[in-house]
Amino acid sequence: MFQRTRAALAALAATSLLATTALAGDLVINFDDPNPGPKQGFEDAVAKFKEENPDINVIVNINDREAHKTAIRNFLSADAPDITSWYPGNRMAPFVDAGLFEDVSDLWEEEGFGETLAAIKPTMTRDGKQWGVPYTYYQWGIYYRKDIFDDLGIEEPKTWDELLAASATLKENDITPFTIGTKFLWTAAGVFDYLNLRTNGYDVHNALTAGEIKYTDPRIRATFEKWQQLIEPGYFIENHATMSWQDAIAPFANGEAAMYVMGNFSVDAYKNAGLTEDQIDFFQFPEITPGVPRAEEAPADAFFIPSGAKNKEDARKFLAFIARPDVQSEWNKTIGQLPINSEASVSDDKFIQEGFATVSTASGLAQFYDRDAPAEMAKAGMEGFQEFMIKPERLDRILERLDKIQERVYK
Amino acid sequence: MAVADASLSTRPEKSWYQKNKLAVTPWIFLAPAILFFVVYVIAPIFQSIWISFFEWDGLGDAEWVGMRNYVELMDDDRFYTSLKNNVLWLVLFMLAVPAGLAVALFLNQTVMGMRVYKSLFFFPFVISQVVVGLIFTWFYNPNFGIVGEIWSFFGASPPAILADEDLVTYGIIFAGLWPQIAYCMILYLTGLNNVAADQIEAGRLDGAKGWSMLWYVVLPQLKPATFIAIVVTVIGALRSFDMIAIMTQGGPYGSSNVLAYYMYETALSEYGYRMGYGSAIATVLFLIMLVYISFFLWRMYQDERGGR
Repeated sequence: MFQRTRAALAALAATSLLATTALAGDLVINFDDPNPGPKQGFEDAVAKFKEENPDINVIVNINDREAHKTAIRNFLSADAPDITSWYPGNRMAPFVDAGLFEDVSDLWEEEGFGETLAAIKPTMTRDGKQWGVPYTYYQWGIYYRKDIFDDLGIEEPKTWDELLAASATLKENDITPFTIGTKFLWTAAGVFDYLNLRTNGYDVHNALTAGEIKYTDPRIRATFEKWQQLIEPGYFIENHATMSWQDAIAPFANGEAAMYVMGNFSVDAYKNAGLTEDQIDFFQFPEITPGVPRAEEAPADAFFIPSGAKNKEDARKFLAFIARPDVQSEWNKTIGQLPINSEASVSDDKFIQEGFATVSTASGLAQFYDRDAPAEMAKAGMEGFQEFMIKPERLDRILERLDKIQERVYK
Repeated sequence: MAVADASLSTRPEKSWYQKNKLAVTPWIFLAPAILFFVVYVIAPIFQSIWISFFEWDGLGDAEWVGMRNYVELMDDDRFYTSLKNNVLWLVLFMLAVPAGLAVALFLNQTVMGMRVYKSLFFFPFVISQVVVGLIFTWFYNPNFGIVGEIWSFFGASPPAILADEDLVTYGIIFAGLWPQIAYCMILYLTGLNNVAADQIEAGRLDGAKGWSMLWYVVLPQLKPATFIAIVVTVIGALRSFDMIAIMTQGGPYGSSNVLAYYMYETALSEYGYRMGYGSAIATVLFLIMLVYISFFLWRMYQDERGGR
């Protein structure tokens, strides 16, 4: 069946070479980020695509991110666009399994994405096939107030002990070391992921999110012990469960907190909160267990073709277009993130440069706890992390509950 | 009618409809309402009970699992938390009824501009629940909210009401009470308009005043209003969805969940899409509501039969 569709597509492609203008029609794209930067980047790319393909009538729908997450389930099965943005890893799994995304392995092969997009290939792959094309990713790490660090004579910590020492110094000076807002849970997963990646490494992260090791495993307990070392002395800001990640920027901006475990998309928000480029800086999450190869969180965003798309031929053209090095360079410069295409050039912004240095030398790239683990497990896990941050003494109960859920989810 | 029938009797035969006019016509008028009620209310109830026997993500094939969703429910901490919170809601939300009565009694006097005060008191019911939730979220914010200000004024460190598992549900119920009191108040205000002046007069002559007047003369006459107020408050408590969605999303770590929101979370939210499990929760919620609703329907029936 699959072979036949491919053959048909090839035939279609061949005829279209002769009569592009006649065959080309509307290309509907659903995009999920109306924030100024990302919207600009997307629209610039679409404009360029239109310029190169004047015969394709591109229709763009830009939706709010949360609304998109709900709407996608409807529009994929009812009224499919030709292209939609979505996330790789386990987040695309339900749609792939339900046959709602088009297999684009042929495109990966033709365009040699296996080489140029190698960094993200594993997370775009399910059942041995590729289902979409990624256009951007970003690093995670610790953003900190450089001015405060300089005032107190703190260096960028390289090891766990240095991080604890730096936190102690900050605390002595009435500055909470870490800000965080866990109202929407995922921020806590970022901290957990890093502690786990540094304590146990990439393989344990993958085994845990794949349901192969238990939450009560001694290695995972070791991760929580490290976390406890930050929670017990009050190194995280109070009331974090009432705050979103944006709310948590306020104490960071007014100097009540000095560090933030975050993704690079947050830099814009720091600047909007009144911090200047000189006041903020970035360092990689410090080493915990010496010798564990450094893996990083680097979630990617991608575009997919719904299997119900009407104009799959032009959709493939667009996917090939957004993977091009020049397009990815331009786009990611606008949105302040990293291009995935290894031939693309990286913006000379200092955070992007540091981020590039961070992810390009990493031994493994994790997507994020809630993208690597199945949705139900992720939700329960992140609630567990939040509960642990507020009531660390309940660790045993939390881990046992997570084990119970894990058993059911992965059965 | 009799006249019309007589004039028609000269015809040899009446059509079936004409013979059964009186019996059939009400049903014709009821038909559209019944049709939509069946399609949009009755059928979905059975549909969701049916779905609760499946494991289904809403996209792929549904897998028959029998009672497994219910067995899982029995062993689910989050479910018990939600159930407990539902009970809390039901009990505490009832405060809206006496509070509404108190406000109504207070406002039931003739003062200049009384209508303005009445509409101001009614205002919280008119604005959207989402807005109420948002406003109270800000009130409760320990950093810049009014609660934080008051606590700091007395030199105490303010509680993070919405982040504390022991306080969060009370915080949300309190926010929910605000519009609900307004609702009960308006029900009682209309009720008070119909309180017979002669009975008050008679009561006064018999020496009733203050509490005894309220309890023995006014309240019995307000019985219909009380009945409606309790019914809408029970239903309001069981549907307490919007407040939770806006204020905490069930957090911290699920401790402010109620069944309605938990159902939404498991069946329809970002990390959910377990339609079967969500339907099982919905079924339990439905059964709880059914107990209340049948009780009140039974009461209503009794009252009507007794002629009150």
